[in-house]
This record gives sequence, structure tokens and C-alpha cells, in this order.
Amino acid sequence: MTLSLSGVSRAFGGVRALDDATFTVAAGEVHGLIGPNGAGKTTLLNLISGLLQPTGGKIELDGRRIDRLPPHRIAGLGVARTYQNIRLFAGLSAADNVIVGQHLRRRASFWRRLLLLPSARREEAQARAGAEATLERVGMRERARSPAFSLSYGEQRRIEIARALAAQPRLLLLDEPTAGMNPPEAAAVARLVREVAREGRAVLLIEHNVRLVMELCDRITVLNFGKVIARGTPLEVANDPAVIAAYLGEGE
Amino acid sequence: MDLLLAYEGLFAFVGINGLLALSVYATLSCGQLSLANAGFMAIGAYTGALITLHSPGVPFLLVLLAAAAMPAVVAVPLGLPVLRLRGVFLAIATVGFGEVVRLVFVNWDYTNGALGLVAIPQRTKLWTIWLALAVALYLLGRLRGSRAGYALEAIREDETAASTMGIKTTAHKLLMLVLGAALAGLAGGLEAHYTFMVAPGGYAFGRVVDMLVQAVVGGTAAFFGPVVGAAFLTVLPELLREAGARLGFSPGPFRLFLNGAILLAVILYLPNGLVSLPRRLRRRRLA
Amino acid sequence: MGQQILNGVFVGSIYALFAVGYTLVFGVLDILNLAHQAVFMLSAFAALLLVSDAHLSLWAALPLAVVFGGLVGIALERLAFRPLRGRADSNISGLISSLAMATVFEAIALQIFGPDTSRFPQDTFPDRMIRIAGASASLLQLCIVGISVVLMALLTFLLARTRLGRQIRAVAESPRAARVLGIDIDRTIAMAFFLSSALGGAAGVLFGLAFNSISPDVGRSVELKGLAVIILGGMGSVPGAVIAGFALGIVEVFTVAHLGSSFRDAVSFAVLFLVLVARPRGLLGPAAAREA
Repeated sequence: MTLSLSGVSRAFGGVRALDDATFTVAAGEVHGLIGPNGAGKTTLLNLISGLLQPTGGKIELDGRRIDRLPPHRIAGLGVARTYQNIRLFAGLSAADNVIVGQHLRRRASFWRRLLLLPSARREEAQARAGAEATLERVGMRERARSPAFSLSYGEQRRIEIARALAAQPRLLLLDEPTAGMNPPEAAAVARLVREVAREGRAVLLIEHNVRLVMELCDRITVLNFGKVIARGTPLEVANDPAVIAAYLGEGE
Repeated sequence: MDLLLAYEGLFAFVGINGLLALSVYATLSCGQLSLANAGFMAIGAYTGALITLHSPGVPFLLVLLAAAAMPAVVAVPLGLPVLRLRGVFLAIATVGFGEVVRLVFVNWDYTNGALGLVAIPQRTKLWTIWLALAVALYLLGRLRGSRAGYALEAIREDETAASTMGIKTTAHKLLMLVLGAALAGLAGGLEAHYTFMVAPGGYAFGRVVDMLVQAVVGGTAAFFGPVVGAAFLTVLPELLREAGARLGFSPGPFRLFLNGAILLAVILYLPNGLVSLPRRLRRRRLA
Repeated sequence: MGQQILNGVFVGSIYALFAVGYTLVFGVLDILNLAHQAVFMLSAFAALLLVSDAHLSLWAALPLAVVFGGLVGIALERLAFRPLRGRADSNISGLISSLAMATVFEAIALQIFGPDTSRFPQDTFPDRMIRIAGASASLLQLCIVGISVVLMALLTFLLARTRLGRQIRAVAESPRAARVLGIDIDRTIAMAFFLSSALGGAAGVLFGLAFNSISPDVGRSVELKGLAVIILGGMGSVPGAVIAGFALGIVEVFTVAHLGSSFRDAVSFAVLFLVLVARPRGLLGPAAAREA
């Protein structure tokens, strides 16, 4: 699946949070999105997932325009995401969170459950097994039954990734997935992201951990004040004077 | 058996109140505070009463189905514009709806305005009420582990995040509004054929407050919580009536006071309701 | 027609006064205080007791009943709202908590005064009619409008020009920022409740005088109209509530004159629905949801 943004802008009153953003993410690619705080990275993710509408430009998935679609329709096309501020279902267990993530992959089961049909019980067992397998991928299988709010920050981030993966998305949007993690944890997430991309999915990744981004990403887009200031491979971007200026200017 | 006969009325109202509390729970379970159910109950009660009074030959089951179906149908055009509203605005809009329904019945000559309809034959038996309640509980219980059940919990926890997982939030919320309306209408129909009458005064704002109080006191974390709350708050005032009278309280204010005081205590100290009590006590004992 | 406008202004002034307190608390706490109507009712009864049992003149009873209302408001905040402040679902639990308090208040009033309506004694207010621009109004009505307007003007002045007013507005916009600025959140909220309930209580006393009928459920019907007013005016907007209150009063009087009295309450709900469906923020409400 290919994601393509053409001239995407988003204004809030007089403030342009995003200005004329253009880039693409291809299947199998890990694409990094970096930039100083407030550069418009999360806004961009919100635009792609349908929580916001662009005030200019267009967003396409495999050539099909998605920028006027409601979030659940966009998800239905194969897009899943995590959030900068972690939006797990706090009162639900880790496994239940992942099961919700499977929503689009499950069949409706209410009527069969009503009639106590064995196929319903099988379906449920399958869902549970699938959730545990996905939790295994992020190394959280032992905490499957723990309520989400009782987990540490890093653990919650991993559950959120598992929840997004449960939808078997073709485009995965990750908003600072390693924030608050120690180096081994972050490295494990990086390995997982590589694996996910190798499965043929497109991954768009917002990250502040610059070294991780340089090592992990195939290509990088750099935002500053809502504008794309550089695009290319990690090496190209690292040597781009505009990027260096932006980061030095911020004191990063 | 004697106990049953002596307290039949009480058991009947525990059952009816249980249905009503479940009807409010239906929307609460996906995070929506809808206070329209007194209006839905009125529509169901009047529908059932009118059918029985004008066509006495219609079997009671069909009358009850009509009493459930009519408000369910009305819930759809109400829900579509109104479920978009967040939290408190939804609550206000649904309160408004309930009041409009009441006003319509007060001013409608066909239904005898404020006096309402009387002499409705008592077709409801105790077992009818409890069968209806059992069916409702079964339905809601089976909903829990299903795909829709998970979706509803997700919507309650974080509607925005749920939508980005492909969950059709409006459709699910509408479904629960319709289900709640059907349950309230069913309860209305059952009550009308138990107490012989329907009158607009019985479906005022205070009625839906009772339903909400019972659902919250019982606890909305478990699907049977509201029924526990209904039982507790229907039986308790009866048990304490003697004590209240001896302290000099009139029965009306006393029941009202108990409702308010218990609700306050629950919302402050036991926000997940009575059903969360065992878990709380167990944790205390382990600590 | 002038007569109708006058009647509308009269009724509207009470709605506005009631709504202003309602919307103030919503603006500050993002919670709908459903006990506001109970304070309305309790203050009316307080004034009644002061006049009929303590034989105070109305001019002494009115301010006392208003202060009483304010104090009940402070107690209400301490008991039912403050404990909920950190909670995630605080708007719904706050609403339920206020409902609980309203029920308790109503029960107490029912126990003490019984369900029937009570009236102020005959000689509470001089019975005189005055003619203005071809319409007539009673002295009582004019005084009620006058007192309402003065109280609302005082509140507006307080919010705009005094330090407390600035603090209240800061907390209303963002409690987190207000705390960072060193504002005592607890005290500010308590004061906001005092003001809100004092005004609600004033509305209650004036309502009791205007319609000469006070009963434990008198708050219920006004509450629903109050909701229509604050929705129309915009949640949290005091000037919005004032405008909407008068507007509703006038529209109500005209509707009754042309369509009959059974439609009187229907007006508020029609307004309510229309606003919620077409423009939920009302006339002067904020466009976006409030930040943390």
C-alpha cells in the first residue's frame, strides 16, 4: 500500500500547523518523520487517520483519496495507529485492548452467541489466541490479563503497538513509539518495526530518538514549523544544512 | 410461597425497576448519558394500554412487543442528530426529549390528557415481569464478549481511539439507544398492565432520575449491576419504612432522601457501584 | 404587543438571573450543577420563613435569603463536587452527584413544608399598578426586573473588573494554567459557587414573589427552562445567558398569546433541540471544548 500526500496543509485560524506537505510512503518502507517540537508531525498523523481534515491538498492511499473520509472508513482501508499520549483503553486488560484492535478482522458474533452456538465460542477462543500471539510479538504476553492502567509507560506503548498490529494494517502510523523506553526496550521495538515492514506493510514513524531513526528508517522527511525542509535517505538528511540549522536552532 | 404472595407487589416493582435500570445502562455501557428513557417508557406504556383498551383480543405478547417496538422506532430519528453531541449536551437533549413526550401526552385529548388512561386490565403477572427481565439480562450478558460488546467498551473508554480502529461509533451508540428504548418501553407496557393505569405524571423527569440512580448505585461495570441497584433501592425504603416513620419522616420524603443520600455515598465512595463491593472488600482484607 | 413584551421581559429577567448562575458554574468546572434548582427552591422557602415566621420585612429577608443560597452553594461544592475533582469522568459523576444533592434538598423541603404550595403573606408587597408606554405592570414586576438586572450587572462587573473575577475567568479557561499562575483554585471555585448559588437563590425568591407559589418541586420546571437558556446563550457565557434568558421569556409570552398556554413549556424544548442540533455552542458559547 502506498500513502501519498500532495500539498497537504492544515490551518487553525491564522496558524498554519502544516504547510504544503508532500511525500510518499511505500509498502515495505519504514519512513521516519522528524522535526522539532510543534513542527506539525502529530497533526500530520491526525490528518492521515481522519481525525482532522486538511484545509488544502490531498491524501491518497493507493491512488484513492482518503482525506474526506471518517476515521473508521480509513481504518477499514487498512490504516492503524498509535498515539503520542498513549490512548489505551485504561480499564481493559492488555489482551482485551488487543482484541478491540482485531475489530475489523473479526466477524460479528452476537447472534451466534445468543444461540450459544459452538462456532461463537471457537471464534472467541481464536480471538484470544490471536491477541496473545500479538502480545508475544511485543514481549507482553505474560501481562495479558493485567489492566492497562497498571502497566508501566513503556509497557503501555508496546501494548498500543500490539493493538495496532492486531488489525493487520497495510499502513502503520506510529507516534513516538519508543518515548520513555530504555535502550534495550527501544531496540526491541525497532527490530519489531523492521519485521513489520518486511511483511510488506508501510510504516510511518514519528520519533525524537534521532539515532534510532537514522538506523531504522529507509527514508526520512523532516518538518519544521509545518513545512517539509528536507527529504531523503538518513545520510542525505543528516548532512542537509537546513536540518542541522533547525535542530541546532532548537538547541536539541 | 407465602412470602411471595405477601410481597408480590414489591417483587413486581423490583422486576420493572430492574428493566428500567437496564435500559439506562444500555447507553451508559458505551459512555453515553441518555436521560430520554422516561419518555420511551411513556411511549411504550401508552402504546400497550391503547392497544389493550381498543382491541382487547390482541394477545398480550404482541401488545408487549408493540410496547417495546414503538419507542425503539422513535429512538432512531432522535438518536441520529443527538448522539453527535458530547457528554452533558447529550444528557440535556435527551432530558428535553423526555419532557416533550410528557407534554404531548398531557395535551393530547385522545389519551385523556393529564388524567391518562384507566381501567387497564391486569394482564401482567409476576412471572411475566421476571421472564422479561431474564431475557433482557441474557441479551446483555451475551453481548459482553461479542465483537459488538468489545466495541461498546472501547467507545466508552475512548471514542476517538475506537473510531480509528474501524469501529462505527455512531451505529453502535444508536444501537444501544434503540435497545434501551425497547427495554424502557417494555417496562412501561408491563407496568401499565399491572397498575391498571397510565398518566403523564408517572413519566416525568424524576422517573428517569430513579432509573439512573438505580443503575449507578448497582454499578455499571457488570451487566447485572443495574438490577442489583434496582432491587436494593426498591426494597430498602420498604424495609426502613417503619424506622423512618418512627423517626417522624413521611414515607414520600423519606424514600427520596434515601435515594439521594445513597446515590451521593455511592458516587463519592463506591463509584463503581454495589457490584464492586466484593472486590473492594477482598482487596481490603488482603492489604 | 407592548404589554406582551413587558411581560416577556419580566419573566425573562427571572430566567436570565437563574441561568446566569447555572452557566457560571459550568464555565468554571465544566460540570452541569443540577442542584442549582434546589438552591433556587430552598432560598425561596428561606425568604418565606423569614417573612412569615420571623416577621422580617421583605427588604431584609431578600438579601438574607440570597446569602443563604450562596452559603448552601459553598456547602454543595465542598460536599458534592470537590471530592470528585481529580476524576476522569468528573463531568458525569459531578452531574450525578449534584442530582443526589438536589434529591436530598428536595426531600428535606418536602418533609418540612409538605408537597402543597405555600404563599407569601398578603401584605408582603404593596399592590400597585403602573402604566408604562401604554402597557401596565405591577410595582412588584418592575421591582423584580430591576433587582434582576442590578444583580446581573453586578456579576458582570465583578467578573470583568475585579481580581476575583479575573481569577474565576482564568480557572474557567484552564485550571492548570491558573494554578501555575498561583491562583488558589479551591477558593476561587468556592467563590464561584457562592456567587452562582446566591444568584440562583435570588431568582428563587423573586420567582416565589412573582408567581406567589412556592413548593418543593418548583425548581424542576424552571430547571429545564434554565437548561434551554444556557444552551441558547452558550455554555459558560454569562452575557449569553442574560440575552437568552430575556429572549426566551419574550418568545414564551408571545407563544402563549398566539398558540395557547399548553404550548408554553414546549417553547423551551423546541429552542433547546433546535440549538443543539443546528449550533450546539449557542449564541456566545466557545467554539472548541475547554482544555485541561
